[in-house]
Amino acid sequence: MDNWRRSPLTFAFFSLPTLGWLFIFFLFPLAIVWQYSFGENTSIVDVEFTGTLNNYARIFQPEILVLLWRTLWMSTISTVICLSVGYLVAMVIASASPRAKPWLLLLIMLPFWTNLLIRTYSLLNILGTRGRLNQALQWIWESTHSLLQLVGLEGLMAASYKPLTFLGTPFGVVFGLVYIMLPFSVLPIYAALERIDKSCLEASLDLGAGQVRTFFKVLVPMTMGGLITAAIITFVPTLGQFLTPDLLGRGQVDMIANVIERQFKKANDWPFGSALSLFLLYITFILLAIKSIHDVRQSRRVV
Amino acid sequence: MLFSRNSKAAPFDYARKWQLKLVFLLTTVFLYAPIIVLIIFSFNNSRRGGNVVWRGFTTKYYEKAFANSQLVEAFINSLTIAVVTTILSVILGTMTAILLWRFRFPFKPAVEGVVSLPIVIPEICMGVSLAMFFSQMGWLATGDLVWPFNLVNITVAHTTFAFPFTAMVIRTRLQSFNKELEEAAIDLGASTRMVYRDIILPHLKPGIVAGALLAFTLSLDDFVITFFTSGPNTVTFPVKVYSMVRFSVTPEINAASTILIIITLVLTALAVRMQREPVAS
Repeated sequence: MDNWRRSPLTFAFFSLPTLGWLFIFFLFPLAIVWQYSFGENTSIVDVEFTGTLNNYARIFQPEILVLLWRTLWMSTISTVICLSVGYLVAMVIASASPRAKPWLLLLIMLPFWTNLLIRTYSLLNILGTRGRLNQALQWIWESTHSLLQLVGLEGLMAASYKPLTFLGTPFGVVFGLVYIMLPFSVLPIYAALERIDKSCLEASLDLGAGQVRTFFKVLVPMTMGGLITAAIITFVPTLGQFLTPDLLGRGQVDMIANVIERQFKKANDWPFGSALSLFLLYITFILLAIKSIHDVRQSRRVV
Repeated sequence: MLFSRNSKAAPFDYARKWQLKLVFLLTTVFLYAPIIVLIIFSFNNSRRGGNVVWRGFTTKYYEKAFANSQLVEAFINSLTIAVVTTILSVILGTMTAILLWRFRFPFKPAVEGVVSLPIVIPEICMGVSLAMFFSQMGWLATGDLVWPFNLVNITVAHTTFAFPFTAMVIRTRLQSFNKELEEAAIDLGASTRMVYRDIILPHLKPGIVAGALLAFTLSLDDFVITFFTSGPNTVTFPVKVYSMVRFSVTPEINAASTILIIITLVLTALAVRMQREPVAS
């Protein structure tokens, strides 16, 4: 690596456009959000920067707290589902034959390349009252019913299936979040599984631990780093999801991003919207800090 | 052995276990079924809704989608933005990668942090901040300019979130660069410019191609940031589809979506071929 002083012109050539772009179009806009978060609406269009903390205080109103709580638990459930399923899927890929491996990985990652809006939209057809999921459930219900009829137990359940509502319910939104985020969670777990020393598993099995015990006591602790990465890259984007609750929640299962959007589009309350955006940003930073602290500790342990 | 009943299978042979195979199969079905249903129903000959009952094969919704001038315009806008974003992202991304790989300079960890920040922060935060920036700068008025120039806002926004990804991909490629090549070139009398043009850039080519495809897909896909930075006269394909979905669910949207899915598939196939091994990142 060269010291920048040795060739200041080359350094300037590479640093000015790139860092300049980031400064003007990334850091400066964030600074504007920060400034607005301390402002007050004086009329419909004017905002005065008074240094008030009122916008931040408003985050802790009951209506907003309910939304924050819902955002948090729905993101947590989605992340847990993504990690559990993602782990099993990653295990299959990591232990497949070297020739099949890249193709299995591509199979799981391909939907991730498909447009997010289209993927969310495609779920409308699955989750609707007359959608595919209800059709499948109806088929299961009716075949169970006719089976019961054969043995004369049809009194146990009603003959007709009543379609369930998925759209506009937390279930529908969590379904959508898992659908979108699952490919994300597979990749870091797969990378961690590839790196482990397989002889540890052998040792565990030889020493008398069963497959299940080996899984929880050896495999999972050994891939903890990948699991934490997967948890963060699944959880952070889920927290800020706008499209999924908007289309699948039908305005009844709003998450924090929907409130932010409303402040900028309909309510026209930029200061409050700014404070909420920054709040989301701070949560992201805290999570990333936890991750890097864990990484530093981990690398120290190895050294 | 006493407890070996559960451990008949060899360790790490999970791909052979039927339970895990089933999980993998179900996950694949879960990931693909909605998209496949969408593609099938884009050919459904049904007047309203059209997503519930199959009423025969037709391509009329493709004709309808192509005849929808707003949709076509949005599509051309999206492609234009994606092309310009790709060019800008490749230039800025390559420069960022070389900057971080080549030089030691004060506050380098902080600069590295800022470069990777657009990758990690929630999209909505970036959308909001850029929307406020453009309105403060009076740039929202650019939406009234003549055609390619009214897309400046969106292109700038897309480049800002896409080029850090490009930089990341190119930087990985730089790690395999053999510095002795460069030293040999200098010994043989090459100038700094010649080293970059004839030695480093050719080595970076696969990284640049992968980064370009990534930037193109990211730009074509983006909804949230575009939603905040676009004006009423500058609509991209995802924003147009979104407003159509809000209005009603028609087979026309399915047809339009299918076209975009096919474009993405072709691009991914290209990316896989270019990288010689099909790893998605």
